[in-house]
Amino acid sequence: MNLEKQSHSTKLDKRSKYLRSLVLECLIGGDRGHMGSAMSLIEILRVLYDDILKYYPKNPKHEDRDRLILSKGHGCLALYAILADKGFFSKKILKTSSKFNSILGGHPEFDKVPGVEASTGALGHGAPIGLGIALGARIKKKKFNTFVIVGDGEINEGSFWEASMIASKHKLENFHIIIDYNKIQSYGKTRDVLDLEPLKQKLQSFGYEVDEINGHDILKLKTYFKKIKKINKSSALICHTIKGKGFYFAEQNPFWHHKNFFTEEEKIKLIECLRY
Amino acid sequence: MRKMCLETVFELAKKNNKIVFIGSDLGPGVLDNFKKKYPSRFLMEGVAEQAIIGMAAGLAMQKFRPYVNTIATFITRRAFEQVVIDLCLHNLPVTLIGNGGGMVYAPLGPTHQAIEDISIMRTLPNLTILAPCDSNDMKNLVLQTTKIKGPIYIRIARGGEKIITNGKKSKIGKGLVLKKQTKFNFLTTGVTAQIALDAAKKIKKKYNMDVGVIHFSTVKPLDKKLLKKIIINSKKIITIEENIVEGGFGSSILEFSSNLKKSKNNIHIVGLKSEFSKKYGTQQEILEFNNLKDEYLCKRMYNFIIND
Repeated sequence: MNLEKQSHSTKLDKRSKYLRSLVLECLIGGDRGHMGSAMSLIEILRVLYDDILKYYPKNPKHEDRDRLILSKGHGCLALYAILADKGFFSKKILKTSSKFNSILGGHPEFDKVPGVEASTGALGHGAPIGLGIALGARIKKKKFNTFVIVGDGEINEGSFWEASMIASKHKLENFHIIIDYNKIQSYGKTRDVLDLEPLKQKLQSFGYEVDEINGHDILKLKTYFKKIKKINKSSALICHTIKGKGFYFAEQNPFWHHKNFFTEEEKIKLIECLRY
Repeated sequence: MRKMCLETVFELAKKNNKIVFIGSDLGPGVLDNFKKKYPSRFLMEGVAEQAIIGMAAGLAMQKFRPYVNTIATFITRRAFEQVVIDLCLHNLPVTLIGNGGGMVYAPLGPTHQAIEDISIMRTLPNLTILAPCDSNDMKNLVLQTTKIKGPIYIRIARGGEKIITNGKKSKIGKGLVLKKQTKFNFLTTGVTAQIALDAAKKIKKKYNMDVGVIHFSTVKPLDKKLLKKIIINSKKIITIEENIVEGGFGSSILEFSSNLKKSKNNIHIVGLKSEFSKKYGTQQEILEFNNLKDEYLCKRMYNFIIND
């Protein structure tokens, strides 16, 4: 079975469903949000925060923390869910998402949300910023790693490829790209809008150590991230994911890329999908 | 002016190990001394301006103080969104050094002529904009950049210009009186201070009248205290800039004046026309073509004086 099919058939466990329920709190509380783009990301963030990253929720700016930049800022509801789950801020805040006085907007902001490294939303900014952080860490001889999560539509941007060339030139072993390859961008399939294939070869030719994985497979993600800390160049991981994963009516459905206003019927259907 | 700017960055780097220099694809030999002495803090990253500015932001997040240098239009046009989001939104101490502000690259045509950089950069929150009038002014201002908390844009003008500051020192955020304020004043930024001084000299010689020249090396934030005093006490003001009139330095003075209680309609703006130059030649030729010359300014100011 290829990775795309595997990502479709992967069953979600209790924790993955729980994290999705936190995303629903934001979505339903704010009555809007990038639903599909958040749901494809959950397992990637879960594994990073449960098993890989070094972080300090009570001291989010700790100098030795690993840095994670969610460059596809529109996937922020997933990031809010995991940050709240880890105690960076209270889970009660989730339902205020997108409200006038909330700290949680439709794109994440570094000076409002504890644990957010950089304000993102305009695409193609996270990789260059992460590159600078990684280079800075090297100059200062700091041991932490920098991870940047980009969307597939996002890497239509030239700035991503500029940053990739520079990372390759510097052989930055502390700089890791993760591509949430759910294959749907705003208008439709990435294949039709602006095809990225052959993506693996492209990334390899830009100097990355490249792997492909089912982005909903917890064990595989864990094994991969433990391995990449030991390689001596920048890495890129293509995560085959499902947009709207866990919600059959939203999966790979471009109309659920971003939603505002949920009918009562939709709300019930969303919650039902997460029954254990 | 450019050489002085970069040499001053090197001077700063000797005293401060957080200073990093980032170039795009500059000419051969630029800051070789810096590269030799501090190789890990000297970066030349290719024609990739968007990534370079993002990278500078990342370095600043790591408490470095990057100085980014490339041609002004490639900073202000090409990488505008990176300047807005990566630097201004995050309010990071990155200094952008734009070569060829105004018509320095006259013979290279509209792709390289930074005629609207002041207008577009002025719109950005948190950004400080500096346009020195000579290389002494440049050195003096660059030395102060380490005290500024947010991003800075420095506009470099032509090289080999006359030194007009002669011991007078600009402070970031303050105007500099080059010739004592009278009822009729020229307000300038960048190298137009030189043209204004020449015009003032001509007015004195021809008509025995005194005209003030006040140079604003900081276009943003404006020295509002000094400006208020000048606007209220002047009969006529001519602002002069090597930038299009729309949204530029003079425009910022008018915006400020419009909100003053005792505002008067006494400000006139002289600058470049908002059009892509159809001429090449020298910077001087293009400036004169746009009436940025002492004879024109002398005549215009004199007309105000005699009609008073």
